[in-house]
Amino acid sequence: MSNFTGYEQELLEAVSDLHEIPEGAYNIRRNGASMSRNSTEEIEIVPKTDKSGIDIIVKAGVKNRSVHIPVIITESGLSDLVYNDFFIGEDADVLIVAGCGIHNDGSSDSRHDGIHTFHIGKNAHVKYVEKHYGSGNGKGGRILNPVTELYLDENASCELESVQIKGVDSTVRTTRAYLEKDAKLLVMERLMTHGEQKADSDMTVELNGENAGARIISRSVAKDSSVQMFHPIAAGNSKCRAHIQCDSIIMDNAKVSSIPEIAANHSEAEIVHEAAIGRINNDQLLKLQTLGLSEQEAEEIIVEGFLR
Amino acid sequence: MLELINCSFSVSDPGGDLDIVNNVNLTVDDGKFVVITGPNGGGKSTLARLIMGIEQPTSGKILFNGTDITNMSVTDRAKLGIGYAFQQPPRFKGLTVRRLLSLAHGSELPEHECCTYLTSVGLCSKDYLNREVDGSLSGGELKRIEIATLMARELNLAIYDEPEAGIDLWSFAMLVGTFKTISKNRHRSVVIISHQERIMKLADEIVVIADGKITKQGPCDEIYPQLLGEFSGDCGFGGKEDADVE
Repeated sequence: MSNFTGYEQELLEAVSDLHEIPEGAYNIRRNGASMSRNSTEEIEIVPKTDKSGIDIIVKAGVKNRSVHIPVIITESGLSDLVYNDFFIGEDADVLIVAGCGIHNDGSSDSRHDGIHTFHIGKNAHVKYVEKHYGSGNGKGGRILNPVTELYLDENASCELESVQIKGVDSTVRTTRAYLEKDAKLLVMERLMTHGEQKADSDMTVELNGENAGARIISRSVAKDSSVQMFHPIAAGNSKCRAHIQCDSIIMDNAKVSSIPEIAANHSEAEIVHEAAIGRINNDQLLKLQTLGLSEQEAEEIIVEGFLR
Repeated sequence: MLELINCSFSVSDPGGDLDIVNNVNLTVDDGKFVVITGPNGGGKSTLARLIMGIEQPTSGKILFNGTDITNMSVTDRAKLGIGYAFQQPPRFKGLTVRRLLSLAHGSELPEHECCTYLTSVGLCSKDYLNREVDGSLSGGELKRIEIATLMARELNLAIYDEPEAGIDLWSFAMLVGTFKTISKNRHRSVVIISHQERIMKLADEIVVIADGKITKQGPCDEIYPQLLGEFSGDCGFGGKEDADVE
């Protein structure tokens, strides 16, 4: 990708696995402005006129297509706020790869707030992958505050995979989902913090329709002096099922809090929450050491697997 | 060759020090298949953990091929070719069976080789290769995968801590065959802690440990009939083979 500098290419690969301009529909946003965009017959990407951002419109019935909308920031001190709205037609089935990478070598904070709203039509399926990554040696912070709102129509389904493994100094992640009849939501959140980083994740799932189902799996590793806070909320407003599972590995001087909230507002709502925070189990370390790995190598493999 | 010289292991107890392993002297020669048996709480597992380096002896020495390994770490002992299958193996969220077998092997293990080891412990490999070694596996499945991690290694000394625990009788009969073939081929010496007669019958030598001490030691032909004699004296079921697995 000759249009990109080395840092930009590294960020793009980290957040979207892109090594070249993708095929199909895409929008690449660099330093607060769209730098490259492509619509197809099936998927239209339209810039907003009243504010910063795009509308992504997937026609009804479109199957097995992907949309890439990575954001990269290499300018220190840039604060970028963007609104992306997704309209997924009935019976469509698409993969959407978003994600934001910030490289900050300067002394001012660089920040990206992506406000993403999904309207997923009847019987449609969306897999949404969002990766966050930070790099650079500047004192300026790398800050990402994503907001994801999901509206799932009847029998719609959504898999949301969010990954933040490295280099983001501060994140406040807000996710809200509203599920109609027979809608299904699967959220897989993976997070690693190190140094002095802070991460908050607030997630609210409202199960409004009959037989709606949600499964939320959150796995995190907190190293050094980093601080993580999880606040998942599931409200069952009809006959529905929800399962929330938060697992954290805590290391060094890190702090992790998990504050679950479950509410059943219907007698046939079944909602379960499980949360566990703990150090790496000593037997796990020993087992890998008996295979010839050092304690540090064993720790790395356990963490890598846990966040896989 | 493994040599335990005057090895003891004790823990502090309100009533004074409690000896778990008490002045044990044991030699496992190269090429030998040794079964350690004896009553529960007798110190068998602690002895295995001392050999692997998971516990350090309170006194005494451990030599491996002439080298004093008493103060050597678990990792370094593993690098000398000592392997240990846990009685209660840990679970790993996110780690697949294939990855664990590859870690055991020391390099990425081709699918067909993973399959060989999984099949040898009675698991249908295609169902298990990409499964995570987590809470979704039953105790018996986990235990068989644990045994497979040792089968995947070429070892100078393989130690199995009660491989029968948690495995049903029918599967275990097949596993006995596996110990006979794979373990004997890939592991120069084998130490198995077991209460199973079928395993004992494979032994070149049987060692009986009770109250932290070796109470009997000798060739299978000599010790095995004595053990049967003890059982028959107790309950009249002497000679009954393949008692239910624990």
